Amino acid sequence: MKFSFTDEQQEFRLMLRRFLEDKSPTTEVRRLMETDAGSDPEVWRQLSQELGLTAVHIPEEYGGQGFGISELAIAVEEMGRALLCAPYFASTVMAATAILKAGTEEQKRALLPKIAAGEVIATLAVAEQQGDWTAGGIATTATPSSGAFQLNGTKSFVLDGCAADLIVVTARKPGSSGEDGLSLFTVASDAAGLKKTALKAVDDTRKLARLEFENVEASLLGEEGGAAEPLQETLDISAICLANEMVGGAERLRESSVEYANLRVQFGRPISSFQTLKHKAADMLLDVELAKSAAYYAAAAVDDGDDDVSALASLAKASAADAYMQTAVHTIQIHGGIGFTWDNDTHLWFKRAKSSEVFLGTTAFHRERMMQNWQEQEAAQ
Amino acid sequence: MSEFTEQQVRTDVRAWLEANWDPNLGLVEWRNKLVDSGWGAPHWPKEWYGMDLPVGLVPVVDEEFESFGAIGVAKIGIRVFAAATILAHGTDLHKEKFLRRILTGEDTWCQLFSEPGSGSDLAGAMTRAERQGNKWIVNGQKVWTTSAHKAEYGLLLARTDMDVPKHQGLTYFILDMKQPGVEVVPLRQMNGYASFNQVFITDAEIAPEFMIEGEGEGWKVATTTLMHERRTADGLRKYSKPSDRPERIYQEEAAEIAVALEPYKWYPQRAGRVDLIMQRAKETGRINDPVVRQEIAKLLILDRSAEWTARRARAAQAQGRPQGPEGSLGKLASSYIARASNQVHTLITGTDAMLTGDESPMDGLIAEILVSTPAISIAGGTDEIQKNIISERVLKMPKEPRSDTDRPFRDVPKNIVT
Repeated sequence: MKFSFTDEQQEFRLMLRRFLEDKSPTTEVRRLMETDAGSDPEVWRQLSQELGLTAVHIPEEYGGQGFGISELAIAVEEMGRALLCAPYFASTVMAATAILKAGTEEQKRALLPKIAAGEVIATLAVAEQQGDWTAGGIATTATPSSGAFQLNGTKSFVLDGCAADLIVVTARKPGSSGEDGLSLFTVASDAAGLKKTALKAVDDTRKLARLEFENVEASLLGEEGGAAEPLQETLDISAICLANEMVGGAERLRESSVEYANLRVQFGRPISSFQTLKHKAADMLLDVELAKSAAYYAAAAVDDGDDDVSALASLAKASAADAYMQTAVHTIQIHGGIGFTWDNDTHLWFKRAKSSEVFLGTTAFHRERMMQNWQEQEAAQ
Repeated sequence: MSEFTEQQVRTDVRAWLEANWDPNLGLVEWRNKLVDSGWGAPHWPKEWYGMDLPVGLVPVVDEEFESFGAIGVAKIGIRVFAAATILAHGTDLHKEKFLRRILTGEDTWCQLFSEPGSGSDLAGAMTRAERQGNKWIVNGQKVWTTSAHKAEYGLLLARTDMDVPKHQGLTYFILDMKQPGVEVVPLRQMNGYASFNQVFITDAEIAPEFMIEGEGEGWKVATTTLMHERRTADGLRKYSKPSDRPERIYQEEAAEIAVALEPYKWYPQRAGRVDLIMQRAKETGRINDPVVRQEIAKLLILDRSAEWTARRARAAQAQGRPQGPEGSLGKLASSYIARASNQVHTLITGTDAMLTGDESPMDGLIAEILVSTPAISIAGGTDEIQKNIISERVLKMPKEPRSDTDRPFRDVPKNIVT
């Protein structure tokens, strides 16, 4: 369903929206963003065990609910709207997808049920100090060592890297380059030689870490040297989910702009009656609706098995990043002076927008990637 | 027929076409038969050439006509809004006199609403109609009038009272265009075409029975016409594919379509021709320029997501769900796409963008794009008006306070006529 949601999907969204309005008001967001863990264990328990959200797209045979990426996208859109502070994106979206795409049957049976139940928090470590999410940016090495592997290198921009129990890591065979020699590994968070440092992030609602690996023992996930494709699929799905998360946040900001403009009186009338504001509001609606269309389309394309998912992922990510950032800028402008204060909530979403704009690759990177994918596809036909 | 089912409608229309369709008839002769049968405008009332068919079943009839290769009634142009307006507001005399010849295509119509002094503010029309004895005498100027030079009749919005607020002083008339007081002059646009006209009206006459609804009720009637204008925007495309078959009736229809579409031949260019971007970028080698690639990508993202947004609106409609905001955004999106596409075509074309005609790439087509896109953010409601509509109707933001609706129109500031 690329252009509409089923009644069940609408109900799922409404249920989730009510839950998040209750559990993630901005008072809670502000409380949790000041903590190191960055999430509330009780809300996480309810979210995973009562609502089954951590299991949404994991197949039933691995303890999941067996829904598609469209449903996962609805979940993250609502979380983005509520600015939920939780390791959901790291664990359910990124790590579980990587395990699903790369793991052997045995590994999936061993690892996924606990992630689906929310008992294990996992994350995926791809980028390094340069912030490059392509295969070429991976320098961390994996050296065979008595039946297992030893990892050496530094991962950065790892979501919830300090809070995670299980880390899925991309690393390469020493001497290899590009997509060759790339493998995925799992590492326990308390492994010897692993140094975890929390990064000071502009967006306090999403915790980032630098992970330094010095001869850290790791288990191979899936096939040795065969990670390029499952990694790409995982990053495509992650970019699509991030796009959906972003449009959720953008829509919330857009609504708050109109609400505030209706309340704020200057020159003897609500500022929402000035055409300059009304026209800005119309443009914001257009930006957000176009980005939503792209995000929904891309999520449904994964479920439909379309062959241009990589291009669509980049399209949706670039569209959502531009729309979210533009909406955040306008929202502060519409609020005027108060919009620049710490006490006003707008900056919370502004910072999430800024952070999401570059996470998983900048907008320019994704536009170029979309063009390359389309050209490659055209050449192949 | 009291109950309409899709299958029954299909069977009935097929049976009628089998018995009556004849490509060797003249176009008007055939359409007169159609009009008498009710199959020409089946959703119209029974007493006026229709059969009260629910609008939702009209596509079924269209499909059957298409599969038969049968020609329908005249469906292109202002005549469609004229018919809708007359059906909704006209007297039996109007219906008797005009509807049949609209359906047969014998009469062409035009819409006399916009004026040099009132574009976005249509209710500020200054063309005067004054009652003198047993007729109305009209004086004023209309503009952007498609097909005025061909039209037999015009839908006229004129001011009949200067001493009441602006919307209350307007009256709606049917103007006979073929009279001495009506002078039609082509209006040349910045892209060189003259697709519209200016209409100068000097002491033109209208018999009182050609007023639609009452004196001072013109705005209400105009709203009906405008609503149908917006709704039928797709009709142009849908009914404008001529057949190249040899029989007389197809030839006549092809000639009719060619005339009707003549003013619109640059319309694809005003939308920006995003479809040509990749081809042009490759031909020129600009596809390898990373800056150009970024701009192309931005444009294609905008274009695709606007298309998907329109499809979301259609999907909601098909499911019978209330339309979300996505349904009101298409026109604004198309403006932004056209503008962006103009910029990208310029980036790709480089210095050749200085040239026109056969000196310009694609035998002048690129130059035509570059000087046509400004139209799309103005025609049919400017971007600014669209944004007012979106913010007021969709976002429920308040209207800007007005100073022109609470006083006699005479006292409202107006454009200086030079």
